[in-house]
Amino acid sequence: MKTEYSTGLRHSIIGALKNKNLVFVVLLALIFHGQSAAQEPKVDLIIDSILPVHLEEVIVISSYNKALEHKSHHKPLSTLDEYLESSKKVNMIKRGAYAWEPVLNDMSSERLSVTIDGMRIFGACTDKMDPITSYVDVSNLSDVHVASGQQGAEQGATIGGAIDLRLEKSNFNPKGWVGSIETGGETNNEAQIIGGELNYSDEAFYVDTDVIYRNAENYTAGGGEEVAFSQFEKYNISANAGYKVSDDQQLLASFIYDEARDVGYPALPMDVSLAQAFIGSISWKQSNFIGDLKNWETKLYANSITHIMDDSQRPDVPIRMDMPGWSDTYGYYSQAELTLNRHKFLMKLDGFYNRSLAEMTMYPNNPNEREMFMLTWPDVRTINSGFYAEDEISLKESSLKLSTRLAVQGFNVADEFGLNSLRIFYPEMSQRQTRFLKSVSAAYHKKFKTLHINGGLSYGDRAPSVSEGFGFYLFNSFDNHDYIGDPDLKNEKAIETNVKVSLPLKKVNIGLEANYFHTMDFIIGEVNPDLSVMTIGAQGVKVYRNLEYADLYNISLDTKYEITPEFLWTGLISYHRGTDQDGRNLPFISPIAYNSMVQYTTGSFSGSLTMRGAADQVNFNPVFGEDRSNAYTVFSMALGKSFPVNNDTVYVKAGVENIFDEFYSTYSDWNNIPRMGRNFFMTVSYAIN
Amino acid sequence: MKTIKFFLVALILSMTFSSCSDNNDDSIIISENPLEDFNMLTSFKANNHSVEIYSEQQQFSVGYNELFFRIKDDASDSYIKNADVSWKPVMHMTSMMHSCPNSTVSKTNDASVYTGYTVFQMPGNADEYWELTLEYTVEGQTYNATERIEVNAPADGKKTVNVFMGSDDTRYVLAMMPMTPEVAVNDFSAMLFKMENMMSFPAVENYKVHIDPRMPGMGNHSSPNNEDLTFDTSSNMYTGKLSLTMTGYWKINLKVENETEEILKGEDITEENESSSLFFEIEF
Repeated sequence: MKTEYSTGLRHSIIGALKNKNLVFVVLLALIFHGQSAAQEPKVDLIIDSILPVHLEEVIVISSYNKALEHKSHHKPLSTLDEYLESSKKVNMIKRGAYAWEPVLNDMSSERLSVTIDGMRIFGACTDKMDPITSYVDVSNLSDVHVASGQQGAEQGATIGGAIDLRLEKSNFNPKGWVGSIETGGETNNEAQIIGGELNYSDEAFYVDTDVIYRNAENYTAGGGEEVAFSQFEKYNISANAGYKVSDDQQLLASFIYDEARDVGYPALPMDVSLAQAFIGSISWKQSNFIGDLKNWETKLYANSITHIMDDSQRPDVPIRMDMPGWSDTYGYYSQAELTLNRHKFLMKLDGFYNRSLAEMTMYPNNPNEREMFMLTWPDVRTINSGFYAEDEISLKESSLKLSTRLAVQGFNVADEFGLNSLRIFYPEMSQRQTRFLKSVSAAYHKKFKTLHINGGLSYGDRAPSVSEGFGFYLFNSFDNHDYIGDPDLKNEKAIETNVKVSLPLKKVNIGLEANYFHTMDFIIGEVNPDLSVMTIGAQGVKVYRNLEYADLYNISLDTKYEITPEFLWTGLISYHRGTDQDGRNLPFISPIAYNSMVQYTTGSFSGSLTMRGAADQVNFNPVFGEDRSNAYTVFSMALGKSFPVNNDTVYVKAGVENIFDEFYSTYSDWNNIPRMGRNFFMTVSYAIN
Repeated sequence: MKTIKFFLVALILSMTFSSCSDNNDDSIIISENPLEDFNMLTSFKANNHSVEIYSEQQQFSVGYNELFFRIKDDASDSYIKNADVSWKPVMHMTSMMHSCPNSTVSKTNDASVYTGYTVFQMPGNADEYWELTLEYTVEGQTYNATERIEVNAPADGKKTVNVFMGSDDTRYVLAMMPMTPEVAVNDFSAMLFKMENMMSFPAVENYKVHIDPRMPGMGNHSSPNNEDLTFDTSSNMYTGKLSLTMTGYWKINLKVENETEEILKGEDITEENESSSLFFEIEF
């Protein structure tokens, strides 16, 4: 039996917590004295493993075999949102300090397929305050797979791509008992983090359990301004287990419970008193299946989300309201692989059933008047059944991947009250509808000596989301409009091309990547001047409709230079553009963004200096509530050093984010809420060998 | 087997009985009150007859009242069928008397039940009261019965009737028809009467009633796809569609327009003007 402990303590150097934490560290050091072997704490970079054809980015969250968890990130124990934001492809829309919404190729939730271990989950908030990424935590993830465009079709119908959050599993590694405890603190927002895990694994059985708790107060923007209602509190418990029925057969199960309370959304008029998720699955894995079919995996899953939005903490509101929402999903997938000569096939059958219900109750200021009630999501039942197949063909010095997804998706507005509500707008609307979704894609990878060229062409479509199709007076505080869904929307279709040229040399690695989405029937809300605003203070009412088309471009240049074996420089610059058929700018399109990092690593010491920034947002659109976000550059640095203490290792990491306390907000900050100002952090980890 | 037989017999018997009772409607009527699903608002005696007045409502209310009544001959303890009946509601005010819009009395499918409606413009009070006079003719003999009735404001206090002076110097009574509001597009109707004199309120045809539903408690917002009320000759009412997008308190702002498209009363809702002088109220 082997036990591993690690503890991360992070605090501001000037913080009030400092003395307390130091005492704690010393105490820990005193308690855990024992044998030591010089361990080399290596700061792992975020690894982009380019698979033969896939243009997939893998964001490593924990490397399981390392004693110190979450070390791969420059700031251990940061939120999953911060991990995702530090990746190359994913951006985050922020409505506060918690539950950021991932954006990939300038497209967010409705155009992405976000899954947890392949499980479809849909947020229960009509205002997108609970992206799926908010229901897991770094404690239970091993990595995040980001697939751009139709390369993500394996996980479901998508336009922008797929983000699959993969759970960490011991996977029958015969390691026996493994445990760890982590704690952290932060002074900018007085964050406290405590987490732990206890795993047991042998060759026939494993069980992993972990828990993490986070509590943060309001954060302070650059220049010292406190951002009110940016607090949050959350905890996450997860367990997964596996049992080898035979050498060839595995039975796996996983369960996650996530609960956030008192989450403030400074950019919105309402907060969340409770966001709760139950996520569970059972799967069967078998390396040999029928005939030549291999690696058969079947998973059954279910999840249930409750999201309670209210404004009870806000001092001044025109009217009090409650907006709870519920989303339950049940689904399965079953997949198998087949290898024939040069062909490697993957076939997958999948399906899900989702129920989305949300309501809104407004309490009149006149106590004699009755409550005002409406269904904002009218109990929409979505049923989707799909088939996915891909063939990866190995050719000489090149490979080709062909894939397709075909799916049938049905909607049923189950609630009579909600159906009648929508029929106010659409008298002829039918209660049920069926849509056919299809995707085809080809990706090619060719190697010319040291030069790699990837290219792809694909077509895919998606059905409208519940809000787009059936939303009823959903207030969007970004453009200050009420939104009404349209059940008669056409499917959104995209033709996508992408090219990547990469030159991995001995010391230099240069990659240039570009993609282009020509999206027909692009779904977006447009003002309908005939409709009367429901929300007090809103400017107008928008109804979702199909634009003729929209064009989205993303170009990025990614470089890596190993100056000396110790010195590494990486840089990334990206350009994004999105317009519709009339040349109007689309919302939430990143301006030119860049980041650059110098890293120094020797034996026990590591240091990094990071610069991140963006140019002025030249292409914005006031019609969609945007204004010009100014250019900014922020610097962060971190230093890490390991010390042998007896035979164990103490790993210290200290750093400062936003060194110059810059006051800034980016294009993706909802209503321009400012970002966090200067923040010192320090991590002390203790590992027992 | 015995039990099965028993059940079979029981089943057949019960079917026989129920089919018998289906065929014997006449006998049932005598023993059952055809108005038992309604509320008896009042009953009174006159001319050795008992008059019973029923309604779906709990009380005589300001606004539209659909009433059912029957007259019992106390001597024979039977209800008088096929009488010729007329009525007149009269308000006794301190300084004057007036009537209100009302229908003629008609017979229902049940020959002993008569029906009609009244539109009370105001409630009674300590000094002022409504009186209902019935005149009915049975077998050539005409009787009169007059009773004071208690007319109250609606229990929920919501306005369902408007009395107004139009720009044509005519006094009108506009009454909302009872409805069960839902979050949906509702059928919505109203009746419009002209006050010819204190006692005569003929229905007005072919005008138009514009509706603009608003929620004063929620920024005075409106709803889409409403249809103004136009005159429907078959029902003799003004009918249209009312969209209610949520539950709660709605104010239905009104404008009455005559045949020459002249607005007789009511104003548009604007930023400055939150309410028309003419409106109905709904809360659910």
